[in-house]
Amino acid sequence: MRARDRRLADIRSKVPEVSPREALDLQRSGAALIDVRDASEVAQGSPGGALRLDRSFLELRIEEAIPDLDRTLVVTCASGQRSLFAADDLRRMGYRDVRSLAGGFNGWKDEGLPFEIPKMLNADARERYSRHLVMPEVGEAGQLKLLESRVLLIGAGGIGSPAALYLAAAGVGTLGIVDHDVVDRSNLQRQILHSDERVGVSKVASAREAVLALNPAVNVIEHQLRLESANVEEVFEGYDVVVDGSDNFATRYLVNDACVKHRIPNVHGSVFRFEGQVTVFWPSREGDPGPCYRCLYPEPPPPELAPSCAEAGVLGILPGVVGLLEAVETIKILLGAGDLLVGRLLHYDALSARFSEFKQARNPECRYCADGAEFPGYIDYQEFCALAG
Amino acid sequence: MSSVIVRIPTPLRGFAEGQSEIAAEGADVGAVLSAVGAAHPELLARVMKDDGQPREFVNIYLGSDNVRTLDGMDTPVGEGDVLSILPAVAGGAE
Repeated sequence: MRARDRRLADIRSKVPEVSPREALDLQRSGAALIDVRDASEVAQGSPGGALRLDRSFLELRIEEAIPDLDRTLVVTCASGQRSLFAADDLRRMGYRDVRSLAGGFNGWKDEGLPFEIPKMLNADARERYSRHLVMPEVGEAGQLKLLESRVLLIGAGGIGSPAALYLAAAGVGTLGIVDHDVVDRSNLQRQILHSDERVGVSKVASAREAVLALNPAVNVIEHQLRLESANVEEVFEGYDVVVDGSDNFATRYLVNDACVKHRIPNVHGSVFRFEGQVTVFWPSREGDPGPCYRCLYPEPPPPELAPSCAEAGVLGILPGVVGLLEAVETIKILLGAGDLLVGRLLHYDALSARFSEFKQARNPECRYCADGAEFPGYIDYQEFCALAG
Repeated sequence: MSSVIVRIPTPLRGFAEGQSEIAAEGADVGAVLSAVGAAHPELLARVMKDDGQPREFVNIYLGSDNVRTLDGMDTPVGEGDVLSILPAVAGGAE
């Protein structure tokens, strides 16, 4: 008898083998079915609902996926041999009920049991996002989620620049960019999407070039327009998250109202000279809803108290910091990870190098986002802001 | 009477001789802001309405709590508390 067969016989005396049908029944009653084949094999198909953990990382990653040592595990490979070795290792790690699927995935398929072709990252993506893939908060499933996500950036300016670049780098699959303007030399002090040679080019076209240079797989959708009540519905269609980096109150109220109406999380950032504010408006969040922009600021300041960055100036790096914080919150929303800045306003004062956090409750009487409120419709935002104060 | 630090946001510093913080005394939020307003009337007019309530585009926080969710201007303050005035700002893209 060959050494390999002696070893397999020894393992079989300790690890029970189950038929495909028995494995399916166990899975349906709560057992974890673990497919230990490598990525190229799994790409051809894998039992439905199986946990796919490559044999070479099995012992390193199993506890993150299955912390409960008492859970029944059924291990499978292609034919039922590698799964025996793997099962034996899991048993020795302390898992108390580990079984091996006799006949492996081949047997499973021959029995006509359910399998799926899992969505998987290609080799380029696997290399590009390798630092994400090793983190349990992202992993392959999270990276696939990012790749299928659609994020709309309002403004390709100081805030939108770092947000667009980092979201593209992180692998957000579709990035819509709204901006009506063209690149001006005075933008380049902070708007790092653009470049000196693209002065005079439309900002969305310039943004597209920068994004694709960083990550050619991103689907960039250009919305070269000024966002208005008349076009907001069409522009917002199909996006999962909106990142507001606009430069005026009229647009901010419009973005808020459309996000409230369409139940889209609104990642908000705004800047003034050395100060920035970041929060996430998400009144429709399941379970733990937060306020909307109107809960925080029911009305805009009068124009004389709201000078634009062009008038008042802004430290170029400041919108960079704010845009990055917005990008982080966006990724967390898409992954469903961590604690969001919902109901919390983060204030950054660059001059004193101080971050402060302020609680922000929903306004139970908010006309736009209160529970049961009928959407009151879009308004004339220019007039709303011109008459403020 | 408690001594309180009032943080002045950048857009309003022009009405407070450029100061980023002002120390003021009072028993509640309204009294502290009135004390600030006595020295800087133009500042106060931009933070509060004639009825003494904060303007719609301004929030006033005692520590991390919006005073609207406490007792508003009647919220008592303690020695060393920090009041932060935060107005809406819009900048981002241009």
